[in-house]
Amino acid sequence: MNTESFYQQLQEICPGRRTLTRDVDLLPYESDALVAFSTKPAAVVLPESAEEVVAIVKVCYAAGVPFVARGSGTSLSGGSMPIKDGVVIALNRLNAIKHIDPEQRTAVVEPGVVNLHISNAVKQYGLYYAPDPSSQSICTIGGNVAFNSGGAHCLKYGMTSNHVLGLKVVLPDGEIVEFGSESLEGMGVGPDLIGLFVGSEGLFGIALEITVRLLPIPEQYKTVLAGYDTLEKAGDAVSAVVASGLLPGAMEIMDRLALKAAEAAVKTGYPEGAAAVLIVELEGESQQVEREFEHLVNVIEGSGAFEIQVAQNEAHRAKIWKGRKGAFSSVGRLSPDYIVQDGVVPRSQLGKALAEIEKVSNSYGLQVANVFHAGDGNLHPLILYNGREQGALEHAEALAGEILAICIKLGGTLTGEHGIGIEKRDYMPQLFSETDLDAMYAIRNRIDDKGIANPGKKLPGGEAPALKMHGMHPLEKAGIISRE
Amino acid sequence: MNASEISEIIKKSSKVVPKGGRTKPGSLCDMPSDATVIDLTQLCGIVEYEPDEYTITAKAGTSIKTLIEAVAANGQYLPFDPLFKDNGATLGGTIAANSSGSGRYRYGGIRDFILGIYFVDGMGNIVRGGGKVVKNASGFDLSKFMVGSLGRYGILTEITMKVFPKPAEYRTLEVTFGSLEDALNCTFALANTPFEMDALDFRRVTRDGRETNLWIRLGGLPESLPGRLNRLSSWLEQNTSAQTIIRKEFDGTHWDGLNDVEWGQEAKNLIKVPVSPRKLLTLDKCESINRAHYYGGGNVALVSADDLGGLTSTLNNLKLNGQLLRGDAEHPHLGNRGWVGLAQRVKQALDPDSKFLGV
Repeated sequence: MNTESFYQQLQEICPGRRTLTRDVDLLPYESDALVAFSTKPAAVVLPESAEEVVAIVKVCYAAGVPFVARGSGTSLSGGSMPIKDGVVIALNRLNAIKHIDPEQRTAVVEPGVVNLHISNAVKQYGLYYAPDPSSQSICTIGGNVAFNSGGAHCLKYGMTSNHVLGLKVVLPDGEIVEFGSESLEGMGVGPDLIGLFVGSEGLFGIALEITVRLLPIPEQYKTVLAGYDTLEKAGDAVSAVVASGLLPGAMEIMDRLALKAAEAAVKTGYPEGAAAVLIVELEGESQQVEREFEHLVNVIEGSGAFEIQVAQNEAHRAKIWKGRKGAFSSVGRLSPDYIVQDGVVPRSQLGKALAEIEKVSNSYGLQVANVFHAGDGNLHPLILYNGREQGALEHAEALAGEILAICIKLGGTLTGEHGIGIEKRDYMPQLFSETDLDAMYAIRNRIDDKGIANPGKKLPGGEAPALKMHGMHPLEKAGIISRE
Repeated sequence: MNASEISEIIKKSSKVVPKGGRTKPGSLCDMPSDATVIDLTQLCGIVEYEPDEYTITAKAGTSIKTLIEAVAANGQYLPFDPLFKDNGATLGGTIAANSSGSGRYRYGGIRDFILGIYFVDGMGNIVRGGGKVVKNASGFDLSKFMVGSLGRYGILTEITMKVFPKPAEYRTLEVTFGSLEDALNCTFALANTPFEMDALDFRRVTRDGRETNLWIRLGGLPESLPGRLNRLSSWLEQNTSAQTIIRKEFDGTHWDGLNDVEWGQEAKNLIKVPVSPRKLLTLDKCESINRAHYYGGGNVALVSADDLGGLTSTLNNLKLNGQLLRGDAEHPHLGNRGWVGLAQRVKQALDPDSKFLGV
C-alpha cells in the first residue's frame, strides 16, 4: 500500500482536523472501556455524513486497510479498540435523529446518536426507547446495534435486536444495503438480516441509519426491595416470583460484598446486615400494576425476607436504584482493580453458579462481588485484585476464565450483553463447536472477503494485543458510566 | 428421523426440500421433481421444557398446537399467536415462513422469541446458533437469521423458544368505524397512550364497503380487567370517531379464527405483507386485493389476491415486499427485495452447492 496516497485520500474525504494521524491525536482512541488493551491506529477519521463513511470504507477496502467504527468507546469487551495500523472511523458526528413518527412509534436515527437522547427526544409523545445499557447516557446507538446491547429490562423487552426494525448499512466492500422497514414486523419477508447484523460486532460493516421501535412510557412503576440473610433465599424468591406468573420489568440481586461497597459509596439505606438484596420492579398500566403488586408483595413476604422496603414515591425508587446502578463503581472503593464478567446461566442454575463461583474464587484466594440481573440469569461477578502485585492480573484473568467455564457448563453462555470483542473471543471454542465456528467464519468471509471490518474481534484466532492493565475506566471513576 | 440422518440425506442428494405440516400449500411447499423431500413431521417432540426458565426446546416438526398445549399447562404461552395452529402448522415451518399473528403487537413476532437453533446446512454440517438462555450476545445470531428463511439456507432440526406467563384472563372490544381511515386514526391516537393492548387487529367489514371493525384484546388479572376496559372504552368514546363499541366476553374462538385465517379459507392466493400502518391505506386501495385483514396494529397485512401481477406492481410502487403463504408463483417473494444480494452472500456460505431452493 502507498501510505502517503492512502492518507491523502482520507484527507480528501475528511479534510483538515477531521483526519488525525499524529500520535498525540491518536492517543485518546487507543482503548475503549476495556482499558486492559490498547493499540495505536494509523489514523482516526471523523466523517460528518453517511456518504463520507461509505467513501472511507471504499478507500480502506481498495487498500486492504482494516477499520473499526467507534462511537463513544464504551465497549467493555474491547469491541471498539483500534486495529493495529488500521483506521478508526469515529461516528459521533453522525448524530442526527432524522425522523420521529410518534403515531407509528418509530424513529430513524444516525449511528452516532446517544442512546438516551432518543428517549429524551420522544418523551413529549409519551414514548421511550427501551434498551437501557447502564452507559446509556453516553453510549451510541451504532455501538448498541453492533453489540446487541442489553440492560436491566431484557427479560420482558429483549435486547437491542428486538428494537431495530430497519437498517441501512455499508458492507466492508463499500456496498450499501437497506433491509427492514418501518413496520413493527421489521424484515417480515426473507431471512432476518437485521437479526444477523445486530450483534455482529462490526464484522459485517457499519450501520449508517437505524430505524428503531419505541414503546409507550409505563404509566406506573412499583418497586420493592427485600433483604435476605442468605443469597440462596434471594435466589429462591426470584423463582417464586417467576412461578407466580408475574412478568416484572426488572429483577436484580446484589450480594454482601457488593452491598458493602454500595452502602459505603452512596448510603443506600438497604437493609443492614443483609447477605443479599433483591429488587423487583413492575411497570405498566396503573390499574394492572396496582393489582399485580399486591400479588408480588405476597410472594416476597412469603420468601423469608427479613426486611421489605416498598418505594413510596419516585424519589424513594430512585434511591433504591442508585445503590444498584452504582454498585460497580462502588466496588472500586474496596479494591484498586477488578475484572467484570458477563456470563449468563439458566435462572434455575443461579444458586449453583454462585456457589461454584464462591468455591473457585476461594481456591484462587480472590474476592468476588456479585451483582446480577436475576430475571434473565445474567451474572456480573467482579473479581477484585491489586494490579500492582506481580502476576495479579493474570491470576484474576485465570479465575475469570474459570467462571465463564462454569456458566457454559451450567447451560449458559459467555456474554449476555457486553459482547465477545477481544476479551472473550478465545473462549468461543468452549461454547461453540468447530463446525459452528466454521459456519460463522464462512459467513464472515462471504460478507468481508478481505477481512478488514474489525478483524480480531468476536471470532477466535488472530493476533492478540498485549494486556496492559485493569482497573476502572476514567469515566467510571467519575461516576458517568457503570457496568451493569 | 434425526439431524444426523438429515445430514446424510443432504450429503447424498443434489437437491433437498424440507416439508412440514403443509399448511401453506403452493410455492412454499414447492417440491421440484428432482428433489429429495425430507418430511420433518417425523422429527417431532418436546426436548426440554423449563417453565421456570420461560424456555421450551422442541424438534422442528413438532406441531405448534402441541407446543401451545404443553406450555398452557403451566400457565404460559407463545405471545406472538402463530398462524394456522389448528391446521397442523409445525414449529419449523412457522419459523421458516415467519408467520405470526395478532399477538405480535405487544411483545413482538417470532424473531423476538427465538433463542437458539440447530440446523443442517447445505454441506450436511449440523450447526448450532444462539443458545437456551433468554439473554445472549455470543456469536452471530443465526437463530434470528433463520426466521423467514423458507428452508433455503439450512434445515432447522431443533429450536429453543422463549415463552411468557399467560395473562390470567382476556377481554375484547369490537369497535366499529365508518372507514378504514377512521380506524387507522384510532390506532395512531392509541399509540401515544399508556394502554397496554395485547392485540389490535382490524379489517373492513366487507371489501366493497367502508365500514371497518377494530378488535382490541386486553389481557391481565381478572380484578383489574373490568376497570381497564371501562377506561379504554371511555377513552375511545371521547377521543375517536367510533360508531359502536361492543364488549365481548373472550372465549378465544374469535382470535383463534383470525389466527387460523378462517376469513381467507377460500382464497386462491394468500400473501403476507409487512407494512407500516401509514402505507396501509394505499395498499388497501390496490384493486387486485380481494380480501384483507390487518394484524398487529396494522403492521402485518394478510391479503388475498387472484391477480398477483397487480399486487406486485402495488408492492413495488410502495417499496414493500410480500410473501405467499398460499398459492403459486414463480417465487414465493413478491415486490421489492433490495436485500437479496446480502442474503445471497450468506446462502453461498451455508449452501455453496445450492442443495436447497434458491433465495
